[in-house]
Amino acid sequence: MIDTGDTAWMLVATALVLMMTPALGLFYAGLVRSKNTLNTFMMCIAAIAVATVTWAAVGYSLAFDGDGGLIGGLGNAFLNGVDFQPRAGTAIPELVFMAFQATFCIITVALVSGAVVERMRFGPFLVFATLWSVLVYAVLAHWAFGGGWLQANGTLDFAGGVPVEMGSGFSALAAALVVGARRDYGRQALLPHNAVYVLLGAGLLWFGWFGFNGGSGFSTGSPSVLAFTNTLLCPACTLVVWFVLDLVRGRKVTAIGAATAIVVGCVAITPAGGFVGPGWAMLLGALAALPSYAIIVWRTRTRVDETLDVLAAHGMAGFFGILFIGFFASTAWNGVSDGLLYGNAAQLGDQALAALAAPVYAFVATYLLLRAIGLFTALRADPREEAIGMDVVQHGEEAYATGEGAILVVPADGEDRTAIPA
Amino acid sequence: MKLVIGIVRPEQANEVLEALYRAEVKGFSISRVQGHGGELDRVETYRGTTVKMGLSEKVRFEVAVSDSFVQTTVEALCEGARTGEVGDGKIFVLPLERAVRIRTGDTDHDAVTPVNK
Repeated sequence: MIDTGDTAWMLVATALVLMMTPALGLFYAGLVRSKNTLNTFMMCIAAIAVATVTWAAVGYSLAFDGDGGLIGGLGNAFLNGVDFQPRAGTAIPELVFMAFQATFCIITVALVSGAVVERMRFGPFLVFATLWSVLVYAVLAHWAFGGGWLQANGTLDFAGGVPVEMGSGFSALAAALVVGARRDYGRQALLPHNAVYVLLGAGLLWFGWFGFNGGSGFSTGSPSVLAFTNTLLCPACTLVVWFVLDLVRGRKVTAIGAATAIVVGCVAITPAGGFVGPGWAMLLGALAALPSYAIIVWRTRTRVDETLDVLAAHGMAGFFGILFIGFFASTAWNGVSDGLLYGNAAQLGDQALAALAAPVYAFVATYLLLRAIGLFTALRADPREEAIGMDVVQHGEEAYATGEGAILVVPADGEDRTAIPA
Repeated sequence: MKLVIGIVRPEQANEVLEALYRAEVKGFSISRVQGHGGELDRVETYRGTTVKMGLSEKVRFEVAVSDSFVQTTVEALCEGARTGEVGDGKIFVLPLERAVRIRTGDTDHDAVTPVNK
């Protein structure tokens, strides 16, 4: 039976989550140097292109058809049988369910790009995004959401701590290791070129995240309401703690730090949103700042050029959020399961299993996938191209073209353009 | 006194800065400029409109030095800016008539010699 109220909300939530990908593009584009603005943004746009196609073709089916342990079936390949009938366990048409889940796949692919910006060639990235969306995302989504072994085992993951956050974060680490550091990394200061983009992108991500978490109950019922409200409370607490950490470390509260804190807080509440009460959600936001902040500080001292800190912001905060459920979930709020604090230690074990399995699979699969693509083509631009910037080299455009000194090239059949009769 | 002007690739600007610091050339200013030299035109396309970019981004260093520092400065600029490809830029050395340090009123040689206090 279709519920029109649920369906109305899920239509909106789907659009909200799709908006998060261009928002991420803005966030990422602001963090890179101006000569790589368009390329960085385009990797996110590319995720919308390729992940939507692969999702409709096989991704959705592999993630959500049947309850096989490791992978779903091909019964819904090419959207076969996906129509107005309600998706099992929900009161919304399966078409909306498919579209909502597609936007998750899209943004996860876009997230991984943060590890390889400013040097990976666009063509190989498209190949990588295509294969990754099926081989890594669809598999992890099946484990956590589609009836796979983690879900069957009892792991709670409300809105994607396993496939989205740990999936992207630990894949990003692998991608950074395979592609290698930027030429100037560790030698020159590589600064964000527009902090306003970063803040605006983070703000829009937060806005979209209300659809991401609030929609993951697939209804307008209590779990969605709880997750929606927790999406306000948790990141605000992360912001406060991040301010304090910034003050203690550098005596100044930084804007880029604030943007990062918003993302960390939203990530942390993603798995836990519908499972923990509002008070615990605020504690989660406050605590989640600590490991992510530590990883960011540590990572920049290493040779690992995981450029936009996907591991710290997504992998680590997702890991933390998944484990947090194991301690603080309460049946009174979620009607499903208690955590350790409410007397159910087994839940913590189920959460720990997911926190171990997802990173390992994401890291290993991404590492092998990129190594395999690297056998056929160069993954990264040569040093000269990297110096010029990926916008001009890969796209033949500039983000901030002045137009001065640009000479219009009239096409061979240029006569057609001249002398338009009045 | 001479004014040394170096016009270099933006991606080499950091190397030039490092080379100048190593040569202990401490006073200079830089600006972003656009210029045209022997480089091939870059073709860009915006929504079907194809344009040839005749001007390339460059960074312009201006260094006012006493005569004994001219050679050091020129060498540092060359060392930092050279890649061997067309488009590495140019260096111009101009006579300098007068210089004044605003804070103290020092003139000429004193004005272009860094003080360490």
